[in-house]
Amino acid sequence: MTGLQDRLTPEQVEEFGREMDAIRQRIVADLGKEDVDYIHTVIRTQRALEVVGRSLLFAGFFPPAWVAGVGTLSLAKILDNMEIGHNVMHGQYDWTRDPALSSQRFEWDNVAPAENWRHSHNYMHHTYTNILDKDRDVGYGILRIDPDQKWHPYYLGNPAYAVVLAFIFQWGVMLHDLEFDRIVKGERTWADTKEVRERMLRKAARQVGKDYVLFPALTGPLAPLTFLGNATANVVRNLWAFSIIFCGHFPADVESFTEEETENETRGQWYLRQILGSANITGGPLFHILTGNLSHQIEHHLFPDIPARRYPQIAGEVRAICRKYGLPYNTGPLHRQLASVAKKIVKLALPWNGRPREEKSTTLDEDRQRLAAA
Amino acid sequence: MRRLAAIAEALLTPHGMDRYLELIHPMLVRREIRGVVTAVRRQTDDTVTLAIRPSRAWRGFTAGQYVRVSVDIDGVRRTRCYSPTCSQHRGGRDLELTIKADPQGLVSRHLHTQAAPGLVLGLSDPDGGFTLPDPRPRRILLISGGSGITPVLSMLRTLVDERHPGEITFLHYANSAGDVLYRRELTELAERHPGVRIVFAYTHEKKGSELHGFFSGRHLEHAAPWYAEAQTYLCGPPALMDSVRELYDTMGLSEQLHTEEFAPPPLRLDTTGATGRIRFAHSGKEIDNSGRPLLEQAEEAGLRPEHGCRMGICFSCTKVKTSGCVRDARSGELFPDDNQEIQLCISVPVGDVEINA
Repeated sequence: MTGLQDRLTPEQVEEFGREMDAIRQRIVADLGKEDVDYIHTVIRTQRALEVVGRSLLFAGFFPPAWVAGVGTLSLAKILDNMEIGHNVMHGQYDWTRDPALSSQRFEWDNVAPAENWRHSHNYMHHTYTNILDKDRDVGYGILRIDPDQKWHPYYLGNPAYAVVLAFIFQWGVMLHDLEFDRIVKGERTWADTKEVRERMLRKAARQVGKDYVLFPALTGPLAPLTFLGNATANVVRNLWAFSIIFCGHFPADVESFTEEETENETRGQWYLRQILGSANITGGPLFHILTGNLSHQIEHHLFPDIPARRYPQIAGEVRAICRKYGLPYNTGPLHRQLASVAKKIVKLALPWNGRPREEKSTTLDEDRQRLAAA
Repeated sequence: MRRLAAIAEALLTPHGMDRYLELIHPMLVRREIRGVVTAVRRQTDDTVTLAIRPSRAWRGFTAGQYVRVSVDIDGVRRTRCYSPTCSQHRGGRDLELTIKADPQGLVSRHLHTQAAPGLVLGLSDPDGGFTLPDPRPRRILLISGGSGITPVLSMLRTLVDERHPGEITFLHYANSAGDVLYRRELTELAERHPGVRIVFAYTHEKKGSELHGFFSGRHLEHAAPWYAEAQTYLCGPPALMDSVRELYDTMGLSEQLHTEEFAPPPLRLDTTGATGRIRFAHSGKEIDNSGRPLLEQAEEAGLRPEHGCRMGICFSCTKVKTSGCVRDARSGELFPDDNQEIQLCISVPVGDVEINA
C-alpha cells in the first residue's frame, strides 16, 4: 500500500493544500442570505413533515394513514438528523449568529445528546480521521472494519454486530460516547463518564418520553399503533443514517493511517488524509439533501464547517484537483458503496483476512526533513 | 395554561414550541423576546424612529435602560444596544426607539434605510444601571447631547406620567435647531406641565435659542439654578460628558451626577507575562499574544472583526473560541472550555488560543 506521503512530493502536498485553502476562502467570502434561506427552507420542510406525520398517526386505524404517517415522520427525522442537525452542530451556520442555528445550542431529534456528539464527532473523528486507535469512528469500537485492526475471535460476529448496530444506530451513537471499549481496556474509568452519562439519561428520557409515552397516550385507543409507528420511523432513520455514514469511510480502497504517520502533519497533509480517508456517493439533488450532503463526504471532510449545500458546488473542482495530482477520488452509487462495505465487514470477520502493518512506514517527520533539506 | 405549555414543550422536544410557532408567525413565540415594527418616522435626515410592539415574553423596562436589538443583514444576525425613548409606564402602547444612522454603522444605517412596518426584530431583556432612584429625587436635571437624548427622554416621559411634583429641567445640546430630535413634542410637553422646563442649546449656532455654544457653568446656572440641590442624569458625546463631569468634580457634586457610559471604562490590563500564540482560524493568521483584549489584537493583525460597544455589553464581537483559555478583563473570570462563545473586546488570552475569526 502506498503510504500517506509517498504519493506526492512535499512541495506538491503544500501546493495542493494551498489550492484547497483557496476554495475554502472563496466559499467563506461568498456566504450570505442564500445559505440562510436554504437552511430555513429545509427546517420549515422538516417541521411541516413532522407535524403532518404525527397528525396522520392520529388516524392510524386507517392503514394508508399509518403508512403515510410513518413515512413522513421518518423523512422528518432523517432531515432533522442529517441535513439540519449534523450540519448545524458542525458550526456550518455559526457565522449567522442566529441562536437557533448555533452549533453550541442546537439539539437534534436523536437520543445522542448534542454536547457528547460534538466532542466525539467534530473533534475526535474530524481531527483524527481514519487514524487507527485515535479516530474512534473506525469500527466504532465494535467492528473490525479496517484490515490493520488486529483480529480477535470476538470479530467472528462482525456481520451480526453490524446488522444490530444498523437497527439501533441512534442508541449506538449515544453509547459510543461512553467509550466502553476504553473502559474495558482500563484507559478510562466508569466514574470518568459521569457527566456524559447524565446527559445521555436526560436526553434519552425526553426522546423516549415523547415518542413512546406522550404521543401514543394522546392517540388514546390507538396508542399501540402510534408506539409502533414512532418506533418504525426511528428504525427507518437508523438504517438510513447507518448506511450513509458507513459508506463515508468504510468502502474498499478508503485508507487508514497510523499515529506515527500523521505526527506533526501540515495543513496540506491533513487535507490529503481527508481525501484518502473518505468516499462519496453519487445521486440526485434530493438524495444528496436526505444524506445531509454526506454523499459528499470528501468535501465535508475537507471543509467540515462550510454549509453542506456548498459541497455539490465545489465537488467538480475538488475532483479535478485530485485528478491533477493523481489522487484517488472514491465515489460510486449507494448500492455499490454499500455492497463494498458489507463485503469488507464479512471478510474481516475472519482471521486470515487483513494485513499486518508494514514494519517501516515513512513518517511525516522524515518528510519534513526532506523538505527542509530541499 | 402553564401545564399545557409544559406538555407542549415535552411533545415538541428537542426544538421547543417557539421553533414551531415562529413558522406560523414570527411574533407568536412564547419564550424569545421579539418586536414587530408598527410605525416608522424620520424626524431628521439621519435618524429613524420606530414604534415596536413587543412579543409576550417582554417584561417591561426601567427608564434609562437599553435593550439589545437584533436584525438579520445579508443572513447574519447583527445586534446593537438602543435605549427606548418612551415612558416605562407603557400601558399597552408600543415601545419607541430612535436610531441615529452612523455613517460607519452597519446596523443603524440598515435600520435607517430599510425599517418598515412589519419588520420583526430580536429584543433582549433590558439591561443597564442608568436609572432613576425610587423614591424619585425632588429636583431633577436631565442633560443630553445629540442621540444621547434617548435614555433621558425616557426618564422625562416617565416622570411626567408619574405626575412628578418637583422641578425638572431638560437641557439638550444639538448642532442646530434642525438637529433637535423630538423638538415639537418637548416644547408641547413643557407647555402642558409647569414643573418641566425644556432648554435647547445649539452648539453650532449663534442665535435661535436660550443657550448657544458648548456646555459651561453659565449654561448650568441659566438652565437649573438649583442644580446643587438636584440629581443630574447625563448622556451624550464624550466631550459633553467630560466637561459636565469636570465641572461637577470641581464643585464637589460628583455624587449627584449619574451618567450613561457609552464610552468604555478603562480595563485594568496587566500585559506583562503575556504568553502564547493566537490563531484566527478563518483567516489562518497567527500572532503572539500581547496581553491586550482579543479584539485589539485582531485589529493589530489586520483583521476587521465586527464589533459594537467595545466594552462587553452588546455582544456584537462574539466569536467561538475553539481552544485555549481567556480571561474576562472586567471580572478576571477564566473561560477555559473549548468551543465557548466569547466577546473579543473584553477577553484576554491566557496562553495559546484559537478563535473562529
